[in-house]
Amino acid sequence: MAHAYALPSPNEPDDRRGFISEAEEQDVRTRLEQSWEEGSGLYAWLTSTSHKSIAKRYIVTALVFFALGGIEAAVMRVQLSRPENHFVGPDLYNQIFTVHGSTMMFLFAVPVMEAIGLYMVPIMIGTRNVAFPRLNALGYWMYLIGGVLLYVAFFSNTGPDAGWFAYVPLAGPAYSPGKRIDIWAQMITFTEIAGLIGAVEIITTVFKQRAPGMSLNRIPLFVWSEVIMSFMIIFALPAIVIASGALAADRLVDTHFFNPAEGGDALLWQHLFWFFGHPEVYIILIPALGMISSIVTTFTRRSIFGYPAMVLSLISTAFLGFSLWVHHMFATPLPQLGQSLFTAASAAIAIPTGIQIFCWMATIWSGRPRYTTAFMFVIGFVLLFVLGGLSGVMISSIPYDLQVHDTFFVVAHFHYVLIGGAVFPLWGAFYYWFPKMTGRLLSERAGKWNFWLFFAGVNLTFFPMHFLGLMGMPRRVYTYLPEMGWGNLNLVSSIGAVVIVASAIVFVGNVVVSLRGGTPSGDNPWGASTLEWATPSPAPIYNHLFIPIVNGREPLWTNPPGELPVVTGLRTDRHEGLITSLMDAEPEHRYEFKQPTILPLILALAGGGSIIVAIFTPWGVTIGAALTLLILFCWFWPTISPDHDTPRRHPREMP
Amino acid sequence: MTCARPRIPCESSVRHSVIALAIALSGCSGIQSALDPKGPKAAGVLHLTWFLVGTAAVVYVVVVAMLVWVLRRGSQSPVDLDPKLGTEVTEHHGGMKTWVVSATVMTTIILIGFVFVDLSTARSLSTVGGAAPLRIDVVGHQWWWEVKYPDPNDPQNDIETANEIHVPVGRAVLIKMKSGDVIHSFWAPNLDGKKDLIPGHETVTWFRADTVGVYRGQCAEFCGYEHAKMAFYVVAEPRIEFERWLAQQRAEASTPGDSLAQGGERVFLSSSCAMCHSIAGTGAGSNNGPDLTHLASRRTIAAGTLPNTAANLESWILDPQMIKPGAKMPANRIDPQSLRALVAYLQELK
Repeated sequence: MAHAYALPSPNEPDDRRGFISEAEEQDVRTRLEQSWEEGSGLYAWLTSTSHKSIAKRYIVTALVFFALGGIEAAVMRVQLSRPENHFVGPDLYNQIFTVHGSTMMFLFAVPVMEAIGLYMVPIMIGTRNVAFPRLNALGYWMYLIGGVLLYVAFFSNTGPDAGWFAYVPLAGPAYSPGKRIDIWAQMITFTEIAGLIGAVEIITTVFKQRAPGMSLNRIPLFVWSEVIMSFMIIFALPAIVIASGALAADRLVDTHFFNPAEGGDALLWQHLFWFFGHPEVYIILIPALGMISSIVTTFTRRSIFGYPAMVLSLISTAFLGFSLWVHHMFATPLPQLGQSLFTAASAAIAIPTGIQIFCWMATIWSGRPRYTTAFMFVIGFVLLFVLGGLSGVMISSIPYDLQVHDTFFVVAHFHYVLIGGAVFPLWGAFYYWFPKMTGRLLSERAGKWNFWLFFAGVNLTFFPMHFLGLMGMPRRVYTYLPEMGWGNLNLVSSIGAVVIVASAIVFVGNVVVSLRGGTPSGDNPWGASTLEWATPSPAPIYNHLFIPIVNGREPLWTNPPGELPVVTGLRTDRHEGLITSLMDAEPEHRYEFKQPTILPLILALAGGGSIIVAIFTPWGVTIGAALTLLILFCWFWPTISPDHDTPRRHPREMP
Repeated sequence: MTCARPRIPCESSVRHSVIALAIALSGCSGIQSALDPKGPKAAGVLHLTWFLVGTAAVVYVVVVAMLVWVLRRGSQSPVDLDPKLGTEVTEHHGGMKTWVVSATVMTTIILIGFVFVDLSTARSLSTVGGAAPLRIDVVGHQWWWEVKYPDPNDPQNDIETANEIHVPVGRAVLIKMKSGDVIHSFWAPNLDGKKDLIPGHETVTWFRADTVGVYRGQCAEFCGYEHAKMAFYVVAEPRIEFERWLAQQRAEASTPGDSLAQGGERVFLSSSCAMCHSIAGTGAGSNNGPDLTHLASRRTIAAGTLPNTAANLESWILDPQMIKPGAKMPANRIDPQSLRALVAYLQELK
């Protein structure tokens, strides 16, 4: 039984308010299943445009890359565990740290944060799919091709070897002959495309498809964080588009953007790269902060304290995130006064982050925490992230940074903020949302092992690196002399890496076992308050049987279960959704989601193929443009609704 | 606590107890360490470091204490709110807003104080400490350091060496830097922070060594294959010794004394050595590789990779790729007799 607020519909024009009978629910369910079901088999899998199945692939692929990046890290730790080790040589080591960094930043962190958003956001805001389902599929395929390209290259000993920020002129044609850097630059192109697509999906979906009543001040904080991340992506990625495009042109067609001998500038690359690269870390951090808000709300059973402050903090973090890039360039000959401004901005970004931490603490204060694994990861987040944040404030100081820049101190710092600030919340989110994605709970007991091993391992691995940096150990060195005195701390760090590997094994084991034999979770195992918990686990392909109506920030707490008001009258015989207004989420008109198609895959293959050809010859661009145009022609070919008698209405005609 | 290597000085200042863990695990602060300053710049940064570490530690402890406190307070909450009953969830304790606002204000005040201390330190360290600084030019190469001492009065007196910088104690040194290929970063942590060497830009830094000693530095910006083996030494010595060293470096290479070394010179000039290296006073004048005029006066070879001994020179000349894979110097096919002669000659180049 559910309350129903009917929308005027072409079929049933009468305004019916009241309860929906079980029989009616069953009827709607059957019809939705009929029209949304994508079927099984390989072809159905390749053509799927369901946001959940695409996001699930995204998450699994990103985790595979995370594992690969982790293995690379482990190899580095073996190599550095003692001085003058010969486990890997300089050539392989340089490839490994470059691929490790590129994987973690481009193929794991940003994609997984977008993927969780692409999975959860439509369910959390009460819509049936993302705004552009075919585009969404294209994004995933592009991402997959880019990642596979990097690893095919790496496994055939042509992995990039100039570091994940590929400074020119080292990455330029004169000092990196061969195709290693071209592969890196094109991998960037793929992830740019995928990242921008994900961002466009999330912004459009959240702005125009929220459940009626979910005005801007009722959007769950996680959804806010995904929107803000998406805006950051849209503003940050063009810088790297220009940079990697210019680098590819320098290498392929002998332009001289970065060649000082011909009037180019090596520092130009650094500005462009870090104008993207610094926001990138906030692109990774901000959704993680949103995950924390979801977890804290649920496990303290309290609305987050200071919701407006939280949203404004996220937004100001995003703005400030664009004004810090020069703190990566303090050792370059930039004017000192200009650099000082970046010191101040770098310190200032601690303020909005601090506000959020204080608000979470206030929330915990008022509520009653439940120490689930997800909540433990939040506590781990505070302990690690605050430490990383403080070392971050330290290195915003120019004189101090000049000592520790490009040393293991910085390696320690950014692993504390990235693992503590992003991976811990992400793991909390896995424990939190795994039941919604699979219908089964992860083992809490194994989860606690997972948490403690991870927490201990991260500290053991990265805390000693602070000292190594101050003791003079630069980063990106494949070996060091015994008399430098860095051996013991490096050994401790390598032992820590073993502990992290152990925690990863516990996690994988937990997932595998829980998928088969985990406790069935039911709709809302945590007693949470947001809309994703108002539908069965895993959510059916159409997400919600009826589009819910929201009248508060925590709809499942303010409405007793089963009494959530819903919208009826949407068509069930085709993929129809509801478009609502930007500010107040008032219903505006109906919208038909596109049907599954193979075109995204074909376009990704054609586009991907031509970008790969463009590594070798500029003709790749020409051929690719022609092919893409052809496929887009098919893509945009007008389709006619299955029932010709009902022409789609212009929104303004809607009553 | 004992030092494994006598050359590395131990520091036992009280302040270092903060990093007792590091010292206990590693032995000593070391010849390439920001924790063991030997000049005003590194010392200034170390003071700043203790200020930063101290402040950060206090802030961290306070944050963790607050976290523990709210977790305990929360656990004492009398009601386990059951959301299934639709509990009113927007109520919060009245004091909370004050608490969050004051914590934020405190954060801001601490950060403003920090920026103030930081900027004033940066300002004081950027002024060259001392009149008439000694000028040294450094050019970064994959993977070694070219070092020049230009004589402002007489270019004839310019000297050139590699991977070893001698400086007089107590006199400021002005280093002008260029790159011969990719970006490098000059870093001798006991004396100064980093400065990048960027093609197309000339960069400048200064430092002053106040204590006699040998300090190690290393390239800090990833510069390719052998970035890990691109080190240099700074030798800080009393003025008289420095002047003596300068005079010695100005001289042309000594004429080989015995017949073995004379044979070595012939080997050098007739083989591929002379195609990359120069030795002043002989026909070898190429500058692709380090200047070898006074090779024997240097402490190490291959940019700080090996001590400068006969055995190391031999194995380096035979196959540099075994020692420093990727180095620009190729392996040399050379018979044992010629090799011995060549090394004998090189060892006479004091």
